[in-house]
Amino acid sequence: MKLDYIAKRFGIFLLVIWLALTVIFFLPRFSTQNPIREKMNQEMLRGGYVQVGMEQMIEEYESKFGLNKPLWEQYGTYLSDMGRLDFGYSIAHYPKTVKSMLSEGLPWSIGLLGMTTLIAFGVGSLLGALLAWRRAPQVLRYLFPPLLVLSAVPFYLLGLVLIFFLAFENSWFPLFGGYSPGTVTDWLSISFWGNVLHHSFLPALSMILAGIGLWALTMRGMMVTVQGEDYMTMAEAKGLKGSTLFFRYALRNSILPQVTSLVLALGHVVGGAVLVEVVFGYPGIGTTLYHAIREFDYFVIQGIILIVIVAIALGTFLLDVAYPLLDPRITYRRA
Amino acid sequence: MNRRILAAMRYTRRNPALAVGIGLLLAILLFWGIGSIFVPFSRTSALSVPASRAPSWEFPLGTDRQGRDLLAVMIAGTSLTLRIGLIAGFIGIFIGTILGFVSAYYRGAVDTIIRGSVDVLLTVPSLLVMILVAVALKGGLTVEGMALVVSILAWVWPTRTIRAQVLTMRESGYIRVAQLSGMSSPEIIVKEMMPNLLPYLAASLVNAVAAAILASIGLEALGLGPMESPTLGMTIYWVLHYSALLHGMWWWWAPPIIIIVILFVGLFLLSTGLDELANPRVRRSV
Repeated sequence: MKLDYIAKRFGIFLLVIWLALTVIFFLPRFSTQNPIREKMNQEMLRGGYVQVGMEQMIEEYESKFGLNKPLWEQYGTYLSDMGRLDFGYSIAHYPKTVKSMLSEGLPWSIGLLGMTTLIAFGVGSLLGALLAWRRAPQVLRYLFPPLLVLSAVPFYLLGLVLIFFLAFENSWFPLFGGYSPGTVTDWLSISFWGNVLHHSFLPALSMILAGIGLWALTMRGMMVTVQGEDYMTMAEAKGLKGSTLFFRYALRNSILPQVTSLVLALGHVVGGAVLVEVVFGYPGIGTTLYHAIREFDYFVIQGIILIVIVAIALGTFLLDVAYPLLDPRITYRRA
Repeated sequence: MNRRILAAMRYTRRNPALAVGIGLLLAILLFWGIGSIFVPFSRTSALSVPASRAPSWEFPLGTDRQGRDLLAVMIAGTSLTLRIGLIAGFIGIFIGTILGFVSAYYRGAVDTIIRGSVDVLLTVPSLLVMILVAVALKGGLTVEGMALVVSILAWVWPTRTIRAQVLTMRESGYIRVAQLSGMSSPEIIVKEMMPNLLPYLAASLVNAVAAAILASIGLEALGLGPMESPTLGMTIYWVLHYSALLHGMWWWWAPPIIIIVILFVGLFLLSTGLDELANPRVRRSV
């Protein structure tokens, strides 16, 4: 019943999105604050005088954004807006839409996060497997304590340390940003790509280093367990080559729980990535989110969080569907 | 008594993770304990001391741009950050234990609902949910309020792991005997299962505390924390806000990072150590 399984997973995917939408809708309405009033107050403070007719202005804006309609009607319009991927306007940068701000930041975030997660997962898993492998060179054991510390450090704090040593003390890498200010954003020129890669190196390194520690630790734990299994003894007794034992017997069986962990860790990794972007002033959606929080730009915050939740739910769904391909023991019938 | 201490000492040789973890955490507690005797808390407020001073005899860790004594901030921040972690961790474990037991012991529809929501919530990026809540509450967040925000999803992981433990325990012989001898379900849970789960719960608690601290520092670094309190995460926020890094003020950003790293490594080792204590069969996993 392959279709059944996929349909069930897809149902969960839709459920997550609906839940996220609903929470995002109702949460600010329970709070005592009103994003529009908040914004007006902020602008007023900046201007330094009390605007005559503030209350009327707030009312006017509320009717413009439909905030004076009954709650269920608002909820309906909101759901249909979101269904059409219409996230509304940014309050802080008014004529700009949230969608345009998202589409500016998303490619940067996806590029950085995708690359680093793949590299960290691959290198970390292999390293973790070797750490637990009895026949691996003894030198590798010295890697264990530093890996443990790396896995315990939040990504962005590692980023701060890297900026200090590699960008501030020795200016080998740029201090912040996604490309040098003043360069033309020409995605077809090689020099621009070089510039971008040079800027992305440190944020990527901080995420990869921290990620490697994390994946190596869990992989090591799995390998220790797998090595104690009877089929390993059997394979060894048969006189199989060391590499066959390692790759086809031990690694093959340890990688499955690793993939499950990857699914569960996606949300955690994204959370860390947001802060890495902030630390490096990287032009992804994490930095956009940071600025939106500082400016209390509610629609932008809501749009970003929603897009990330949807992306992670989609990633989880795809991995769930792919999982039975990786592990023949799990049939689609019973998850 | 003496014999017990000796036995405990001997056990730590078999379980070095536990010993090192406890050692690191004790060092942090000692730093806080001794520090709070000598350095007045009043120096953690802005403008209480001259601003932007490098470390000196008078201010061993220097001062920040807003005139806080950073040694005082580190001492107060350590305890405040730990307090956030402990409150949120206990809430998470408390709710997680109840839900885990109910789910695994009574099974049926309740189990389906609890397990379903846990599976769904696990994939949701918790930091972003907390950001939403913190934004909705923006302004006037206290340290305790921060702990509550962080604890919103703190029960999800404990529920899952405790449920799994109870499920296996439920099938074991001594629970069957207790059932056959006519003990009531609540009685079995409290008298038979709880004592066996305690070390495991302790390990889960440590994990939950670490996760809560991590989340709180993340939220605070984004500017969603208790603005008036000198927690470790708020220090990171001010570091980013005033670009301390680009001004070469290493004494501002290095100490909080070092304390945070020691804290996380200590908590991690403690939890693996406790795991080993609870479940000797996975011994040598770290």
